[in-house]
Amino acid sequence: MIQVFAFYLFATIVVASAAMVIFARNPVHSVLWLILAFFNAAGLMVLLSAEFVAMLLVIVYVGAVAVLFLFVVMMLDIDFAQLRAGFVSYFPLGGAIAMVLLVELILGIGAWQAGSLNLAQRTAPLPEATPNIEAIGQLLYTRYIFLFEAAGLILLVAMIGAIVLTHRARGGTRPQNIDKQNRRRPEEAVRNVNQPVGQGVDLGGVEL
Amino acid sequence: MTSFIQSYLGTGFGWFVAHLVYILLIALPLMLAVAMIIYADRKIWAAMALRRGPNVVGPLGLLQSFADGLKVFLQETIIPSAANKGLFLLAPIITFTVALMAWAVIPFDAGLVLADINVGLLYILAISSLGVYGVIISGWASNSKYPFFSAMRASAQMISYEVSIGFVLISVILWSGSFNLSTIVMTQKGYYGDWLGGLGLNGHAFNPLLFPMAIVFFISALAETARAPFDLTEAESELVAGYQTEYSSMSFALFWLGEYANVILMCALNAILFWGGYLPPIDWAPLYYVPGIIWLFAKILFFFFVFSWVKATVPRYRYDQLMRLGWKIFLPLSLFFVFLVSGFLMLTRYGAAG
Repeated sequence: MIQVFAFYLFATIVVASAAMVIFARNPVHSVLWLILAFFNAAGLMVLLSAEFVAMLLVIVYVGAVAVLFLFVVMMLDIDFAQLRAGFVSYFPLGGAIAMVLLVELILGIGAWQAGSLNLAQRTAPLPEATPNIEAIGQLLYTRYIFLFEAAGLILLVAMIGAIVLTHRARGGTRPQNIDKQNRRRPEEAVRNVNQPVGQGVDLGGVEL
Repeated sequence: MTSFIQSYLGTGFGWFVAHLVYILLIALPLMLAVAMIIYADRKIWAAMALRRGPNVVGPLGLLQSFADGLKVFLQETIIPSAANKGLFLLAPIITFTVALMAWAVIPFDAGLVLADINVGLLYILAISSLGVYGVIISGWASNSKYPFFSAMRASAQMISYEVSIGFVLISVILWSGSFNLSTIVMTQKGYYGDWLGGLGLNGHAFNPLLFPMAIVFFISALAETARAPFDLTEAESELVAGYQTEYSSMSFALFWLGEYANVILMCALNAILFWGGYLPPIDWAPLYYVPGIIWLFAKILFFFFVFSWVKATVPRYRYDQLMRLGWKIFLPLSLFFVFLVSGFLMLTRYGAAG
């Protein structure tokens, strides 16, 4: 009973908040609705007893990617009127994509009703008691190790590429040498003076 | 207790009621603990500054926090006219709720845990990554310069230190071989028991490969909860009062409670991940007569004392130094230790050498 209740709760919120992503007038609100959709999708994953994927969804998408989205959207000065101006010209393209998605959904459901493809039996199914972190690990580090490492390499190349493309060495900056700052001791910076009355302070050659 | 309630209310509803009771059993004492720990914080802080601290309300000032709570409760909730009203009110609620949610997987004693799930540590990471939103939303919805600056700082800081915390947790997980917090506690039992004649030490921190990670985790915990010396988000000389500048009355109090609940959570995590959690410090039979929850609380209080100690004595970091510490020192260091720990385990436990 509680599973059914939880499923409909999460599913309703996912669909509703996904709709609100499009309909919200304020882009910051859109991102926040998107985050709510991610979070509830994680809830659905838990119901499928894919708790590892659920936690990763929250950690990676909600905790990191969406924060960056939010940053960018908050920083941008978006002109809403200008954004809405393109609605009519983009409508045919958007409609076409929506149609493709709809046809795919119908095809998918039709194929599912016709009987399953039995893909799952190609790899040795894991025993029920194995936690799905271990199950994923056993597949990822044995059968799919080359794909996994290739994915890691691609991400590394993408990261280095992004840095190379956007990094520019600016001249005329005065970077701080933290080691030098940390090495500095009070004896080098502080001078105790017994100041005589009626005389100016000798700053020891310091220019003000 | 679950089965007792279920015998009266049926399986489904009884389970629901029982868990509601458990949640309240954690959340209500936690709120009380937050009130008392704020008092303790102020007392420790005062003692180190040679002041008296709160000493007027109640005996020794013990009721100070409750007086403060009553005060903010009776004040008016002011919402700035330019603020985004819904989000403005949502932000403190998110901070407060998220701070309570993480406690669901904390084991207080052997078997004494609300949700004994096998991804406990990942759950804590996930929940603590949600904590950013309370800060970021409050800063944006206030529609005011200083809260927004503070929110920017806070979110950048929290994301940066989550990275090093993640790697520190991975080395602990590798050693324990589990994400479950109770299992992690039990794998810390009896370090060097063979050499010390059965009187082993309980805690991953006594492991030379994990001790540096305990230090990194402690400092990252300070940064993650924005405590001094990393309290740049509420640097009063620069940002008025940080992201909660525009907040008043209960909405402010929720931020405050959430912040301290997070601090206690981080102290608890320090105790559970590195110092044996609910196990006594030494693996000696008579010490097990003391209930585990007492040991856990003693450890949490010890770490809270260290948090206060640091707050009272260390000057605030500069922002670039904070980022440098997170990305250029802690990240490579914790990554190196993940490599070291996994290499050591491959050689000794999983037999890659033979």
